[in-house]
Amino acid sequence: MAYARRAFIVLWKDLLTERRSKESLNALLFFTLLLLFIFQFALGPDQDRLRAAVPGLFWLGLVLAGLLALGRTFVAERDNDCWEGLRLTPGDKSAIYLGKLGGNFVVMSVVEVLLLALFGLFYDVDLVPALPRLSVVLLLGTTGLAAMGTLFGAMTAPVRARELLFPLLLLPALVPLLLATVSATEAVLAGQPLGEVRHWLQLLGAADVAYVAIGIMTFDFILDV
Amino acid sequence: MSSATSLPSAAGGASSGISRVLGWLAVLALLAGLLAGFGYAPREDTQGNVQRIMYLHVPSVLTAYLAFGLVLVGSAGYLLTRRPGWDRLAASAAEIGVVFTAITIVSGSIWGRPTWGVWWTWDARLTATAVLLLVYVGYLLLRAMVDEPEARARYAAVVGVVGAANIPIVHFSVYWWRALHQPAAMLAPGRAPMPDWMKMVVLVNWVAFTLLFAYFLARRLEIARLEESA
Repeated sequence: MAYARRAFIVLWKDLLTERRSKESLNALLFFTLLLLFIFQFALGPDQDRLRAAVPGLFWLGLVLAGLLALGRTFVAERDNDCWEGLRLTPGDKSAIYLGKLGGNFVVMSVVEVLLLALFGLFYDVDLVPALPRLSVVLLLGTTGLAAMGTLFGAMTAPVRARELLFPLLLLPALVPLLLATVSATEAVLAGQPLGEVRHWLQLLGAADVAYVAIGIMTFDFILDV
Repeated sequence: MSSATSLPSAAGGASSGISRVLGWLAVLALLAGLLAGFGYAPREDTQGNVQRIMYLHVPSVLTAYLAFGLVLVGSAGYLLTRRPGWDRLAASAAEIGVVFTAITIVSGSIWGRPTWGVWWTWDARLTATAVLLLVYVGYLLLRAMVDEPEARARYAAVVGVVGAANIPIVHFSVYWWRALHQPAAMLAPGRAPMPDWMKMVVLVNWVAFTLLFAYFLARRLEIARLEESA
């Protein structure tokens, strides 16, 4: 119980900092808007072509936003030696990982909602009928993305070339997640029921469990306490 | 100072004896492999001489798997014991594994061009192997970018464990991705059962590559040990 409470305190602290500074979120919202324009310019004005590319572009946008946001997870802690304070908290340190993971999950979810709205608006995709099924895919995909991103974010925070190293570690690790989420999103947007993509959802579920478990188990080694 | 300089050279002297033996064994086995691949093995009926690439391709990928298995062993060993020897094992095996994976991909590409008509195709096995290469190149880049040896060993060990745990997930995702998109009709050849002589030649070369790997690993471990004591 104390474990869950500690994780929740870290989560709450991160969200509160974010709400007051609006540092990540404002930048991310603008960034996703920019991405939408870039995608449009890269693919041309053909609506059918754009609509066919939406599942891939959506997850590409999310991963790019994730590279910016998740890599910064622990950088803020480094600035004013908040790191030391976190490390001094009693009990199992993986609670910090879970708290950070939760905070990242919330931030990424906000980005997703906005990205979906923008895609619906600019690319003329009718997302509403697919929304309940889509949210299942999003939930599973975001958990894995946040789990891996938080782990590698903690690892790269003290490294000099972290902006370079973070994507180099994260992107290869995300390959299965991307294949699964893009395929599932494609099927769901085409109007197929979730049963059709059951194997992808199972893979995502298994990957989420594996990633979070590995994060909890190895976080102590990254913190070195 | 004098004891510090004599220690690594003494240790190096003992282990380079082993690696020298491994090196000569590897040379002999590779010669046998070349003879088997070019002399003993007949020209394959449908693919012609191009098929001989298999005698390089299959042993390389098996050696790469062995190397990445050792990265996992070294990484887990380091996390459990915090002994630098495990970290040296993981680092050395990762470098050699990346080389053998690259050989696998390049030789497969050279085979694919005359056989399939393309240098590269997003076939499941090709994609999975390429992802494997990317994961361990990332591992080596991480090692290059973290200066502090103790932190480098810890981070690398975590990446070694995460990368290995991800391999089955990558494997399934890539196979399903391919299965759902287009039938692998173009990739149908190669499914035919291998004749016994072909298995023999692959086996001889596999032994040769494993010996070569052991030699590389022994040498690389010596270098890593010397680097650390310097």
